[in-house]
Amino acid sequence: MRILIVEDDPVLSNGLKVGLGLSGATVDTVATCADAYAALATSTFDAVVLDLMLPDGSGLDVLAGIRKTGNKTPILLLTALDEVSDRIKGLDTGADDYLGKPFDLDELAARVRAVARRQTGRAAPCLAHNGIVLDPATLTATANDVPLNLSRREFAILSALMEHPEMVRSKDDLESRLYGWQEEVESNAVEVHIHNLRHKIGRDMIETVRGHGYRMKAADQ
Amino acid sequence: MTSLRTRLFVILVAATGLIWLCAVAWIYLQTKNEVEHVLDTRLQEAARMVSSLVSGSGGVGSNSAQSNSAALPEMASYERQLSCQVWSIDGRLVARSSGAPDEKLSPDSEGFSERTINGETWRVFAVEDATKGTRVMVGDRLGLREHLITDLVLGLLAPTLLIIPLLGLLIWTSLGRGLRPLQAVADELQQRDADDMRAINAAHAPKEIHPVVDAINKLFIKVDTARRHEREVSAFAAHELRTPLAGLKTQAQIALSAADNATKEGALRQILVSVDRTSRLVRQLLAITKLDAGSETEHRDNLIVGQLIGEIADLLKPEGGSISVEIDPKLHHLSLRTNRDILTLAIRNLHENALQHTPEGGTVSWRVTPDGGGIEVQDEGPGIADAELPLVLQRFFRGQHKSASGTGLGLTIVDAAVKQVGGTLTLTNRPDRSGLRAAIIFPSAE
Repeated sequence: MRILIVEDDPVLSNGLKVGLGLSGATVDTVATCADAYAALATSTFDAVVLDLMLPDGSGLDVLAGIRKTGNKTPILLLTALDEVSDRIKGLDTGADDYLGKPFDLDELAARVRAVARRQTGRAAPCLAHNGIVLDPATLTATANDVPLNLSRREFAILSALMEHPEMVRSKDDLESRLYGWQEEVESNAVEVHIHNLRHKIGRDMIETVRGHGYRMKAADQ
Repeated sequence: MTSLRTRLFVILVAATGLIWLCAVAWIYLQTKNEVEHVLDTRLQEAARMVSSLVSGSGGVGSNSAQSNSAALPEMASYERQLSCQVWSIDGRLVARSSGAPDEKLSPDSEGFSERTINGETWRVFAVEDATKGTRVMVGDRLGLREHLITDLVLGLLAPTLLIIPLLGLLIWTSLGRGLRPLQAVADELQQRDADDMRAINAAHAPKEIHPVVDAINKLFIKVDTARRHEREVSAFAAHELRTPLAGLKTQAQIALSAADNATKEGALRQILVSVDRTSRLVRQLLAITKLDAGSETEHRDNLIVGQLIGEIADLLKPEGGSISVEIDPKLHHLSLRTNRDILTLAIRNLHENALQHTPEGGTVSWRVTPDGGGIEVQDEGPGIADAELPLVLQRFFRGQHKSASGTGLGLTIVDAAVKQVGGTLTLTNRPDRSGLRAAIIFPSAE
C-alpha cells in the first residue's frame, strides 16, 4: 500500500512515515499544498493523509482541487479543529474520513486501510484467493491455514496482486508499491521478491505474462 | 431625564403653556384698552347729550335731586352703569340720575377725571355750559369696568382650560406614534441572538436616527471582525498545540511498538525535538499573555543595549557555532532607559528568528540603525515574501519559508514588546542579498 502524507509538522510527518511504514505501507511525505498537487499528479497512491492547515494554504483547497480533476484517491483528513461543522465541511468537500489531532497511530493505520480497501471495491478486511489469505491489519498471511512467513515487501507485492487477481500488474506498478521517492530501487528487486514468494506459496500461484507483468493464477473451480 | 418621550412631552407642554399665557396677557391688555376707549367715548357722548338737554339755569326740575338722593349704588350688574349729575356753576346739585352719589363726581374742571367716592373709583367726564350756567358730569365705576374686562377674558379662557388636557393627551400619543420607528429598532435589537451581527435595516428607520443606526451597524462590523479574528487565532492555536501533541503521541507509539532499536531510538529523538519546540511554544504563549496584560511597563532600568544583546546572544549560542553573530561595538555606547524584561523579550525573539533562518556558516549581525535612533538585526535567510510582510506580525502566521522550530509567535511578540516600550518595529528584506532586516526604532529621548 502506498500512502501520501501531506503534513507540515516535521515530527508528526516523520512519525506518520515511520508508523505507517511499520504497518506495511510505503509512505511519501510532502509539506505544502503545491508539493501535494505535484505528487498526486505524477504518482498513484492508495490513500492520502491530508493535514488541514498547511503553510501555503488550506488542505480543504487541495482536497477540492484534486477532486475537481477527477482523482478518486481515498483521502483522510487530519485536523486540529474538531467542531462538527468542520468535519462536515471536510467530508462534503470530498474527504473519505476524518481524524482529529492528536490521534492513535493504530487507529489512523486502520482507517487508512479501510478507506484504501473500499477504494478497491472490497468490504472484507482480508484478501483471499486460492486458499491464500492476507490480513493487512496484522500483516499476516496463511496458505490453506498454514502461516506463511512473508517479508514486508513480499506482503506488499502479494496484496497488490491479490486485490485484483485477474489483473496483470506491471513491474513498474509493483515497484511503485514498494518504494517511496527517497528510496533506492534495486533493478531486479521485483523479480527477486516474486521468486521468493513463489518459493513460499507455490510456483504456479503467480503467473508471468511475458512483456506485461504478473498476475495470480485463476481461481480453482 | 431618561425617557425621550417624557422629555419631549414636558418641553412641548411647557412651550405650549407659555405661548398660551402670553396670548392671554396680550388679549387682556388689548381688551382692556379697547373697552376703556369705548366706555370713555360713551361717557363723553352721554355728558354732551345731557348737557344739550338741560334747560338754562338748572331747569330740569330741582326736585329730582331730592327724589333720587336715596338711590343705592348697584355693583355686580351691568345695569345703571352710568351716573349723571347736573350742577349749577355756583355749586348746587341741580339734578342727578338714579344711583348717582350725592357727592360731586369730579372737581370743578372740564374733561376726564377720576375720583374715589365711598371707596369706589369713578371715571368721570364733565361738560360746562357757561351760557346755561350748568356743569354736567357723567361717570361710571372703574370696578365695573374691571369686572367687564375680566368677564370677557374669562369667557375666552374657559374653553382653553378644557382644551389643555386634550392637547396634552394629543401630544403624548403623537409622540408615541412619532417614536415608534425607534421602538421598532430597539425591539429588533432586543430579540437578536448574541452572535447575530447582521446590519440593522436602516430603510425603515427615520432619517433622524440613521446616524445612530449607521454607528451601530459599523460597531457590528467591528465586533464581527474582532470575533472572526479571535476564532481564527483560536483555530491556529488549536492547530499549533495539537499538532505537536499528535507528533509526540505518534512517536511514542512507534517507540513502544517498534521491534528494532534504531527505529525506537529515532522515535525517541523525534520526541525530544518536539518537546523542545513545544516548550518554546509554551514559553512564547506565556510571553504573549504577559505582554497582553501589560503589567510591567512602569518599571524602568538604565541599559547598555550592546551589553544586553551580547548576553542574549551568549545564551542562545547555536550548537556547533556554525552561525557567527556580529555585534557592532557602537551598540555598547547606546544606552537607554526602558523596561529591561520587555526589551529582552523583543531582542531575544528577533535573535532567535534570525538564527533560525540563517543557513549554516551564515552571519547574524546587530548594529545601530543608520540614523542612530534604534537597533537592527540582519540575517542571511530567505527573507519574507513581499506578500507575506503585512501578515507576519499576526499570531501563529507562518510563512512559506518557515523554520522547523518556528511557532508563528516570535515576531508577534517582538511587535507587541516594542510597542509596549513605545518603539516601532520595521521589517524589510535586505537590498544587498537575501535576508531579513528587522529594526527597532526607539522613542526619541525624553
